[in-house]
Amino acid sequence: MNSKLVFNTLGKVILIEVLFMLLPLLIAIGYRESSVISFVITIAIASIAGGALVLFCKPKEKNTFLKDGTAIVVLSWIVMSIIGCLPFVISGEIPNFFDAFFETVSGFTTTGASIVPNVEVMSHGILFWRSLTHWLGGMGVLVFVLAVSSKGQNKTMNILKAEMPGPSVEKISPKAATTARILYTIYLALTFTEVAFLLFGGMPLFEAFVHAFGTAGTGGFGVKADSIGGYSSYLQWVITIFMLLFGVSFNFYFLLLLKNFKAFLKCNELWLYTGVFLVASVLIGFNIYPLYNSVADSARLSCFQVASIVTTTGFATADFNVWPQLSRSILLLLMFLGGCAGSTAGGLKMSRVVILCQSVKNEIRRNVRPRSVTNVKLNGKNIDESMERSVISYFAIYVIIHIVITLLISFEPFDFETNFTAVVSCINNIGPGLSQVGPASNFAGYTAFSKCLLSIAMLMGRLEIYPLLMVVYPEFWSKRSR
Amino acid sequence: MNITIVGAGKIGRAIIESLIKEGHDISVIDQDSKVIEFLNNSYDLMCVCGNGINIENLEAISMKNCNLFVACTGSDEHNMLSCLLARSLGAKYTVARVRNSEYAGDTLSYIKQQLDISMIFNADLITAQTIYNNLKFPSAIKYETFSGRKFELAELTIKDDSMFADKALSKIKSQFDISFLICYVKREDVGVVIPGGDFTLRSGDKIGLVASPLEMQALLKRMDVLQKKVKNVMILGASRSAVYLANMLAANSYRVRILEVNQEKTRHLYDVLDDSVDVVNADGSKSDILTEEGIDSQDSFVALTGLDEENILIAYHAMNMGVPKVIAKVNQDTYADISGKLGVDCVISPNHLTADLIVKYARALNTTLESKIETLYSLMNGAVEALEFVVSADFKQTGVKLKDIKLKSNILIAGIIRSNKTIIPNGNDVIQLGDHVIVIAKEQKLSDLSDILL
Repeated sequence: MNSKLVFNTLGKVILIEVLFMLLPLLIAIGYRESSVISFVITIAIASIAGGALVLFCKPKEKNTFLKDGTAIVVLSWIVMSIIGCLPFVISGEIPNFFDAFFETVSGFTTTGASIVPNVEVMSHGILFWRSLTHWLGGMGVLVFVLAVSSKGQNKTMNILKAEMPGPSVEKISPKAATTARILYTIYLALTFTEVAFLLFGGMPLFEAFVHAFGTAGTGGFGVKADSIGGYSSYLQWVITIFMLLFGVSFNFYFLLLLKNFKAFLKCNELWLYTGVFLVASVLIGFNIYPLYNSVADSARLSCFQVASIVTTTGFATADFNVWPQLSRSILLLLMFLGGCAGSTAGGLKMSRVVILCQSVKNEIRRNVRPRSVTNVKLNGKNIDESMERSVISYFAIYVIIHIVITLLISFEPFDFETNFTAVVSCINNIGPGLSQVGPASNFAGYTAFSKCLLSIAMLMGRLEIYPLLMVVYPEFWSKRSR
Repeated sequence: MNITIVGAGKIGRAIIESLIKEGHDISVIDQDSKVIEFLNNSYDLMCVCGNGINIENLEAISMKNCNLFVACTGSDEHNMLSCLLARSLGAKYTVARVRNSEYAGDTLSYIKQQLDISMIFNADLITAQTIYNNLKFPSAIKYETFSGRKFELAELTIKDDSMFADKALSKIKSQFDISFLICYVKREDVGVVIPGGDFTLRSGDKIGLVASPLEMQALLKRMDVLQKKVKNVMILGASRSAVYLANMLAANSYRVRILEVNQEKTRHLYDVLDDSVDVVNADGSKSDILTEEGIDSQDSFVALTGLDEENILIAYHAMNMGVPKVIAKVNQDTYADISGKLGVDCVISPNHLTADLIVKYARALNTTLESKIETLYSLMNGAVEALEFVVSADFKQTGVKLKDIKLKSNILIAGIIRSNKTIIPNGNDVIQLGDHVIVIAKEQKLSDLSDILL
């Protein structure tokens, strides 16, 4: 492994984080809050650490090999979360380190699971930072580093692959740096469009930004105890639509920009995504109609909740924990699916679901007619067997991780539904679960051990499990191979 | 610049690698998904898996924004058709590779004109030409000419008993009344340098010399490294480039013998070869066969089989048998190093030759000024480049003494050709309008003469 390259990139990541931390600092100064000092201290510490790493670790070999890339991504996410939680701890608004770490990981991984009992008492600077972590983590800090460092390096795909969600990464421009820049431009443009729509609906500027960050990263941190429930139905619809937009692969928007509608129509991932959303919304809409007795209300509530869960955002407009069992089951099922690959959403991803369904269908077909030849298509292209195999094995490890972590936190004094949905919601980066971790409650009741474990679960969900398993595999650290 | 490459075989990959180093935006179309996966993991580029004649695949890269389109698959017709489509879809310049010797002369220029292809290259022909140049000049490891042979560059290895060994360059210069210049030196532990006057040469160094042809001859004679002219050539393997080479040599009344193990191939050879070429159906990898075919009486031996390993080893064997000039075709860089260590230092890489050609073409497109590259040679595995520019009005430092021109570091003006006169410049010389200027550049990508200025 090229440790100098790893630490150098780590330094850059820290400096980028410092750069973004200047925003909440300005907010805190603007509102004349006491949290200013916590940001100043964090920025000082982080810029010294980051600067030292960048200055003193000058790599000779500039190529990022697979192991380097994985180590960079895993270490960056951990270090980023540790630095990111310092303002919470120093300002005393989340005094316990493990709580603050959980909260920050939840932010960066765009989970949105919180241990804060009452967000409304927190200061503006801290709240802004908490939501900004969603925005940063959504597209990925390393993608940002790639976008701003224009130097020609080969093999940067090894970083992109580890950080960008989905079974495969497709470049939309020959250079990785240009691809990263295009993605961030689309991301930024969509975010500001949402802010504009929210402002139009009368939402205050600060809240508009915070909610836009929460939506863009498909995170789910808000500033109100009842999440989005208190806002007008116009604002709820705006957020519903933007949640759905951010759950779509950003490559699709690029195809739209290029006016390549043909390729756009071939995306079976997108069709599944739309189909799932419509079917689930209609089912839940009918199911909750008796509770609200209004077509408009139940349509709005069900659409919002389905969009929020399927894109793994985790905003809530109603306590869906008190909804009928059918609705709760559908929502639980949706938690696993996730958005499209190449979006900011978490979960299993629609493209994997598309591949898995076809694999199962093919397996059945081969059993019925052993001599038949089958193939699997994704977005109009045949995929090769190695990719199919990797998707299937990803699914296996995904299921195993759910089981293992659920077992590990079972000593907590909660019922099975609480523990299981807590794990599901963390691994799939959703936020709220059911029962005692439902939208109206939070994760504060868990012990420090479980919070750490759930933090790891969130990281696993965001980085798609394998990178984290790779770094604990003994041979990963062997010097005999790159 | 946006460059699209169709076909990532051996040649395609060499081109991709060189163009990526130049910093271009590369897109690749290839049918083999394994190749695509490899490229995606190794280089910073965009890949499309599919056929290069498929409009959908071409449009996935957006031909309208494509500045240069290079088709270098193994099939000539595929390449030409790809170029035709790419051009009609909006690619600015197209380059096609051909291999079939039928596509030559008038046919080729007609095709080029009708399909609006900017350049057509034949890698085997380029290889044969380079080997031919080297055979004409057997004393050097490498031999290149500029501006219609008015200026020459030769690469030599300093031997223990060389009169250059352990001497500073300034001293060497005063020792001779011949005007020449040592423009780069490669030493194992320091790498490649452009030496100053106080640089001391050691045995084992590889040096690059520039001089006019006459003075080069005189110099090599004084250095006692001049070898007698090659008359007999033995070629191992009847590859396409071997056929081109044999015909070129035969036309210039060399005596050529080709050894080919495959009987089928030898039969077909008489259709394409000059009658004076002696074709032998034998396995050249066996030493007794080589002896029987008279290897010890040959002036030169060229190993041109398809296998790098075989070429190196048999060339090494031929060298030990006392053949004065031995050339091996070696495509892999690592093998070329090993080959040099064995003493077979005259290696020719078709991949690099073609990649150089495309790089030169791309650089010439890259500049809007007129002082464009006439010739480009990449030397020492690409560590240094020798370039020839024609001076046009947009070069602002004409008439200024060289010592007053502020050059970038690692740049050397090695020669000026002014209406048939060759000048090895010193500080008092000037560059004039219409001159041909030879520049040696280390670790820089020059595309215009003005690029040498600070």
